[in-house]
Amino acid sequence: MNAHGIAHKYGDHVDTDVIIPARYLNTQSHRELASHCMEDIDKDFIHNVKDGDIMVAGLNFGCGSSREHAPIAIKAAGVSCVIAKNFARIFYRNAINIGLAILECPAASEGIGAGDEVSVDFDTGVITNVTKNETYQAEPFPPFIKDMIAKGGLMASLKAREA
Amino acid sequence: MGMTMTQKILAHHAGLPEVRAGQLIQARLDLVLGNDITTPVAINEFEAAGFDKVFDKSKIALVMDHFAPNKDIKAATQCKQCRTFARKFDIDHYYDVGAMGIEHALLPEKGLVAPGEAVIGADSHTCTYGALGAFSTGVGSTDMGAAMAAGETWFKVPSAIRVHLTGALRPYVSGKDVILTLIGMIGVDGARYQSLEFTGPGVASLSIYDRLTICNMAIEAGGKNGIFPVDDVTRAYVEGRVDRPWTAYEADPDAEYERTVEIDLSSVDCTVAYPHLPENAHSAREGKDIAIDQIVIGSCTNGQLADMAAAAEILKGRHLAPNVRGIVIPATEHVYRECMHLGYTDIFLDAGCIVSTPTCGPCLGGYMGILAEGERCVSTTNRNFVGRMGHVKSEVYLASPAVAAASGIAGHICHPGEI
Repeated sequence: MNAHGIAHKYGDHVDTDVIIPARYLNTQSHRELASHCMEDIDKDFIHNVKDGDIMVAGLNFGCGSSREHAPIAIKAAGVSCVIAKNFARIFYRNAINIGLAILECPAASEGIGAGDEVSVDFDTGVITNVTKNETYQAEPFPPFIKDMIAKGGLMASLKAREA
Repeated sequence: MGMTMTQKILAHHAGLPEVRAGQLIQARLDLVLGNDITTPVAINEFEAAGFDKVFDKSKIALVMDHFAPNKDIKAATQCKQCRTFARKFDIDHYYDVGAMGIEHALLPEKGLVAPGEAVIGADSHTCTYGALGAFSTGVGSTDMGAAMAAGETWFKVPSAIRVHLTGALRPYVSGKDVILTLIGMIGVDGARYQSLEFTGPGVASLSIYDRLTICNMAIEAGGKNGIFPVDDVTRAYVEGRVDRPWTAYEADPDAEYERTVEIDLSSVDCTVAYPHLPENAHSAREGKDIAIDQIVIGSCTNGQLADMAAAAEILKGRHLAPNVRGIVIPATEHVYRECMHLGYTDIFLDAGCIVSTPTCGPCLGGYMGILAEGERCVSTTNRNFVGRMGHVKSEVYLASPAVAAASGIAGHICHPGEI
């Protein structure tokens, strides 16, 4: 499994209120949620993002509200992977549960600039910055999480256990 | 090496003699909570996975509070989906308009959480119930949907920060000031993935409402949960509300903490968190130049009767400054009714405030007090992120009910002692 795309760069403490403002939480439509993704801090994101693109941020990405609409909006916008120095814990769980790839990698977070072309190898955790010709090693998922992803996410792994 | 209070509760619910920080466990749950925003997504997941029964209809709580009473057709549709699900599975604790309250004020009030229990909720402020000596934490909708089916969930056992409290609070200073001070000290990711365990001789002086407010905002420091020891204050609150057996857990004397933060409660002053992060803590005495347009008194953080009392004490016989709008939201029907009986409602109305039915409404920029471009609000809510309460160029200043009330009267951020 791999990801390849252009980087969209943000800072520290990107909260779920700016990822998807609460005024849009009256819908569950993935497409509608995606159309408002990041609009309060980056109006152009949704117009610029292309399928497969990569979001890069700093510390504590996804802090605040537990709304699962946040990783849903990012994934539905076409983002294939979020790379950050680290993630807030509820967002981390939610992203894994819905199948949005996320990687913790301080070096990539520092090294990758907005607009850089980036590819990610999820099996090895190696992140390549094609534009700058640099590579960074990401923290791989713990085995427990890897197993859950392999089974198709939380719900699928729960059903598998039940059967 | 011993266990923290949180670790002991988790070990018990995982059926293990002991657990260690970092260990992945499967834990039995005593309650699974959702609201009108997060439950629809959980129901979709629950149904898509093909589940046809819930693990225990008496251990699920669904509370229509965020956009209820329905703010628009889409919100109405979401509440209807929750209502239909609740009827289909005969959910015991379904709270709709007329019986509802803001979830984290309502559940303790109804005795749905007891000391020693393990609770997850599809709402980040589920960490509130640590005030009762329970383990409780926020999760997403898929976790909630899975837990409604399985009655258990996985956790990574958290390490802990010990917050050692000494002294006692001064007049006008409350639990809100303590937690804003703490977040100011350790930052919005200072307790990321960790427990905040409150200990020390200062604990006894804090009311259950101070503790609820403090634990409520553990998430604003990135915490997995906040938790207080069980003492006479806890027992007095739980008595008459909880009729099932419960257990008071204590941290082992040799429990391991990543670090200890010392707070002398007598040195805490009224505190305001400036935009756009809860860690931007300032003394309420510094805000004379910050003119405001609105105050909001309510929310899961500060919508209890004690909060209403603190606001009423300041507002009694006074009136809001000419250009300030005041919105008071008692958190539950019970608090609402008590405000009427105790004369608080008259005090609020005489001061020029409106008094709303319980709702989360303005806290998350839903409705009932949205801010326009350039407007400022002193709010007793829990987040001051960009656009949280309305326009991206509006500003939220987080404070206690006493500070919000004083600021409403002064027309700028104001310490209640300076009114």
